Amino acid sequence: MTSESDNILHVKNLSAFYGENKVLKEVDMAVKKKKITAIIGPSGCGKTTLIRCFNRLFETVSNTSLKGEILYRKQSIFSYDPTLLRKEIGMVFQRPNPFPTMNIYNNVIAGYRLNGRRLRKSESDRMVEETLKKVALWDEVKGVLFRSPRELSGGQQQRLCIARTIAVSPRVILMDEPCAALDPISTAKIEELMLELKRDYTIIIVTHNMQQAARISDLTAFLMLGELVEFGETDQIFTSPKNKRTEEYITGRFG
Amino acid sequence: MKMNLQKISDRIATAAIYIMALVTVLPLFLVVGYIVFYGFKHLSFELITRNPAPVGEEGGGVLNGIVGSGIILMISMAIGIPIGLLGGLYLADSPDGKWKHIIRLSVEILQGIPSIVIGIIGYILIVLPMHRFSAVAGGVALSMIMLPIIVVSTEEVLRMVPVELREAGIALGMPRWRVNLFVVLRTGLGGVISGILLSLSRVAGETAPLLFTALGSQFFSFKLDRPIAALPLQIFNYSISPYPEWHSLGFAASFLLLIGILAINIITRTVIERMNYKNG
Repeated sequence: MTSESDNILHVKNLSAFYGENKVLKEVDMAVKKKKITAIIGPSGCGKTTLIRCFNRLFETVSNTSLKGEILYRKQSIFSYDPTLLRKEIGMVFQRPNPFPTMNIYNNVIAGYRLNGRRLRKSESDRMVEETLKKVALWDEVKGVLFRSPRELSGGQQQRLCIARTIAVSPRVILMDEPCAALDPISTAKIEELMLELKRDYTIIIVTHNMQQAARISDLTAFLMLGELVEFGETDQIFTSPKNKRTEEYITGRFG
Repeated sequence: MKMNLQKISDRIATAAIYIMALVTVLPLFLVVGYIVFYGFKHLSFELITRNPAPVGEEGGGVLNGIVGSGIILMISMAIGIPIGLLGGLYLADSPDGKWKHIIRLSVEILQGIPSIVIGIIGYILIVLPMHRFSAVAGGVALSMIMLPIIVVSTEEVLRMVPVELREAGIALGMPRWRVNLFVVLRTGLGGVISGILLSLSRVAGETAPLLFTALGSQFFSFKLDRPIAALPLQIFNYSISPYPEWHSLGFAASFLLLIGILAINIITRTVIERMNYKNG
């Protein structure tokens, strides 16, 4: 069941530094294809840093450094051209961040337009419709495609950002607390969407919300102070954690 | 009794603030009022359609000055805008380091250099090697005044663009230069353009740097390598002349310059508003 070939990302002995400050400590984990992996842990434990390493966004911040190895489809991500890697490993951010200077339509195909790739009208029309349908936004926005994304609600904007991410057809979607800025109904919609997307994509989600991790994820990683404390099947982590610290965190004794 | 005292001091403070505000805007109204009063009555169609008349002759205009100012400003924009934008982008985007420190320091120093000194630099850099006063020399001098204004305003505007948008671009697999140009610069474009227009209205009235560079001319000219007329220079020459009819021309020309700069400022405001509401 856990064969090597199911692993799309393989983190080996990864440490990350902000200057002298070690924010990730020798993390080892394997991310399975077409599963939802949740990363949980108290604030400042390195959850976001970890997923920002996967698409090499971490390195774009000055004064940072990495040690260790990350394999994407058995090849080191550091041997990839970062811009190509990021088309394979997309990212959705904590706060919805559609491009304010573009209308909804162009936001969906921003990954093409902003990279200078011209699409034929029929092609982009089809892509916009298909992608917006995938994120269950089409019915809500089909009449206002050429309006500003700022006219949408936060939840709609976030689904638009997910659409923008999957429009370039990545294999992996990184989500950095995608529901942190949303109300419960919008959150429920995004969770539903993630379960849909799991059929085609590998999803790695950072979340503060343990119920969310329990509800949607197949695997859960528990990080604390930059250390991967426990990593396993979500059911097992939440029902019978092996590590005492995991148990304490999950039962709400700290964090 | 105590209540009364509070009321009185409140009144006094309020009055003081109003008086201060009045004192602040008074010079503006005096200058503008004076120019409008003396300039407006000498306005004529001739002013913008004819070149200066020889001494003693009635009439004449400042067409050559308007065209000359236009040409000099074009040259200064052609130099100042690209360098200024790149400088602003560099300062906003790159990590702190020695180079950034040096560039920022240079920009600050450049901003503080008196405009007459900029004129002398233009004279040494362009006029001496070319052995000639020229429109290009004037444009270069003015671009040196524009440059730091554009760099600073561009950097400030680009810094205000949320980092989330920059990262959204990077996460979509955009190379950094594309992110800078098509996400960051595009998002802050309204502010960047208004910075450019402000720098333009600032240098449009500069006289001192042109004295040693463009020199001024009584004649109509499009030649970039020859001395060229400019509106502020004409105002200067007219107003120090002993002839009353030239004085009135000077006032009329001042009025024109004022209108021009006002127009740039109004355009700036319109651009800012447009950019804030329009979505492409």
